[in-house]
Amino acid sequence: MVRVDGSDSSKALIRVRNLNKKYRRGAETIDVLQGLDLDVDPGEFVAFMGPSGSGKTTLLNLLGGLDLPTSGSVTVAGDEITNMSAPKLAAWRARHVGFIFQMYNLIPVLTAAQNVELPLLLTGLSKSRRRQQVETALTLVGLADRTKHYPRQLSGGQEQRVAIARAIVTDPTFLLADEPTGDLDRGSADEILDLISSLARDYGKTILMVTHDPRAAERADVELHLEKGVLVEAGSSPVAS
Amino acid sequence: MKYLPFILRNLKRKKTRTILTIGSIAVALFLFGLLVTIETALNAGVDVAGVDRLVVRNRISLIQPLPLSYQQRLLQIPHVTRVTHASWFGGVYQDERNFFPQFAIDTNTYHDVFSEFLIPDDQWQAFVADREGAVAGRSLAEKYGWHIGDRIPIRGTIFQGTWEFNIRAIYDGTSGEADESQFWFHYDYLDERRAWGEGLVGWYTVQVDDPDHAVEVAAAIDDRFANSAWETTTETEKAFAAGFAKQIGNIRLIVLSIGAVVLFTLLLVTGSAMATAVRERVPELGVLKTLGFRDGTVLGLVLAESVLIALVGGGIGVGLAKLFTLRGDPTGGMLPIFYLGPDEMALGLGLALAVGLLAGAIPAITAMRLRIVDALRRV
Repeated sequence: MVRVDGSDSSKALIRVRNLNKKYRRGAETIDVLQGLDLDVDPGEFVAFMGPSGSGKTTLLNLLGGLDLPTSGSVTVAGDEITNMSAPKLAAWRARHVGFIFQMYNLIPVLTAAQNVELPLLLTGLSKSRRRQQVETALTLVGLADRTKHYPRQLSGGQEQRVAIARAIVTDPTFLLADEPTGDLDRGSADEILDLISSLARDYGKTILMVTHDPRAAERADVELHLEKGVLVEAGSSPVAS
Repeated sequence: MKYLPFILRNLKRKKTRTILTIGSIAVALFLFGLLVTIETALNAGVDVAGVDRLVVRNRISLIQPLPLSYQQRLLQIPHVTRVTHASWFGGVYQDERNFFPQFAIDTNTYHDVFSEFLIPDDQWQAFVADREGAVAGRSLAEKYGWHIGDRIPIRGTIFQGTWEFNIRAIYDGTSGEADESQFWFHYDYLDERRAWGEGLVGWYTVQVDDPDHAVEVAAAIDDRFANSAWETTTETEKAFAAGFAKQIGNIRLIVLSIGAVVLFTLLLVTGSAMATAVRERVPELGVLKTLGFRDGTVLGLVLAESVLIALVGGGIGVGLAKLFTLRGDPTGGMLPIFYLGPDEMALGLGLALAVGLLAGAIPAITAMRLRIVDALRRV
């Protein structure tokens, strides 16, 4: 279940309360998010839509602990991340969040396997265990035969698959995807959406995705619109709880 | 260690820049190594000078001689245990380029006073027994391919004519800083053949029973010969060697000045390269932080990169300097002890490390302070 009305639920994995984010541009103050409430239960696949500048990416950044709100709170699995110190927040991100970016954001000098291994370097896993997990993740995204390829040797769709493998390799609590198909052609975009949907459907991953693309949003269990800094439920897909 | 492959990959990102930066550090540290070697060479006499030895020379200048008769009179001064003398010969071997120090020595006393030079007893006895005998330092003998028994002609520039010597002994130094380029022969041989200056010696070296008496003995010697035709100046061997070195200026200051300029330039070059590298990588640093890399880890990664570049460059530079010095004195005799010691090599690497840390500090702090959302916005 996804709720935007602030009603409490003991099941919620992600709980956002009265979230505000203001930016200053010179003398002007811009209210990007205004008293936003959100509850997401485990295993939900939520799509955030809205016009450019509506605050979708800002919301994602706050949910992922990449930025701090002006006020309000974000609680994930009982941990209020908005009160965490920077080192603690970094450790929390490494453990709980998998990020998928529009531009893939792979490190160009590392191979696909090395890119996927990056988050595992922050764990205490042995080299052989890391290698095993990297192979599993790359196999899951269908790139087991591309482990030694550099990003420049891969297509956009393949790069995004590597980025997804990097996001899931540590088996995080939830995934955040920011326009994951925004830089891809239709065919590749469908493949990536299939993969993300499969992660939600088959592996029970909680996924929060920002997108401009209505076809991408349709894949989600719940579609939310961000308008004037607040979330509005647009409707639920048949599979939504 | 698990981050090492990542650091190495980053260094390969802009190979030309990395190679040029390493190259500039290598050149600077090579230059540093040579400067230190030259400084060491010029001060070598100071470093190895005996603390219980005094040098007695003519008060007017070092090139003015002293009478041979002073030897016995010096021995009469309290606390003096041994007295030996040496005279500068100034000859050349084969041609002018082959210059090395040749001393006509008192064979009865010289070896006892300069016991830091190691000579097998049988060789020393053979030298003493042969009036035309000579002792060569190890590096000198190796340089010219001399062996025991070889007959060596030296052309005199102060004392005319060709003087022939039989190599009877080869000495070794007890440390890397010992001068193994000297050539000794009998004072008696010089004195009987030379056309002028009979009965005169270049300088005396006086050994005292206790270094604490050195100042007192030096004053006593100079008092003893005051108002004579051959007045003396007596100083510790260390002071004598330091004074000799200072004749060409304050070497340490020159070396430090050049070294400081080189290192400062190096800091700018390396710092600029690292700053550019970090600037180009801002989005990637943002990604690392997004994945959970802590600010301190990001700082460490950038610093490690800078330090690695500096140490590789420093290692190459110091290594090349060492290789260069292994070829021996490049001046043909001006710097007989051309030696880059382990302490100096460690100092060079320490400086490279410092350059790496300092040059990488600002870019690393910038990377550490980078806000993730700002960094990702630059993708």
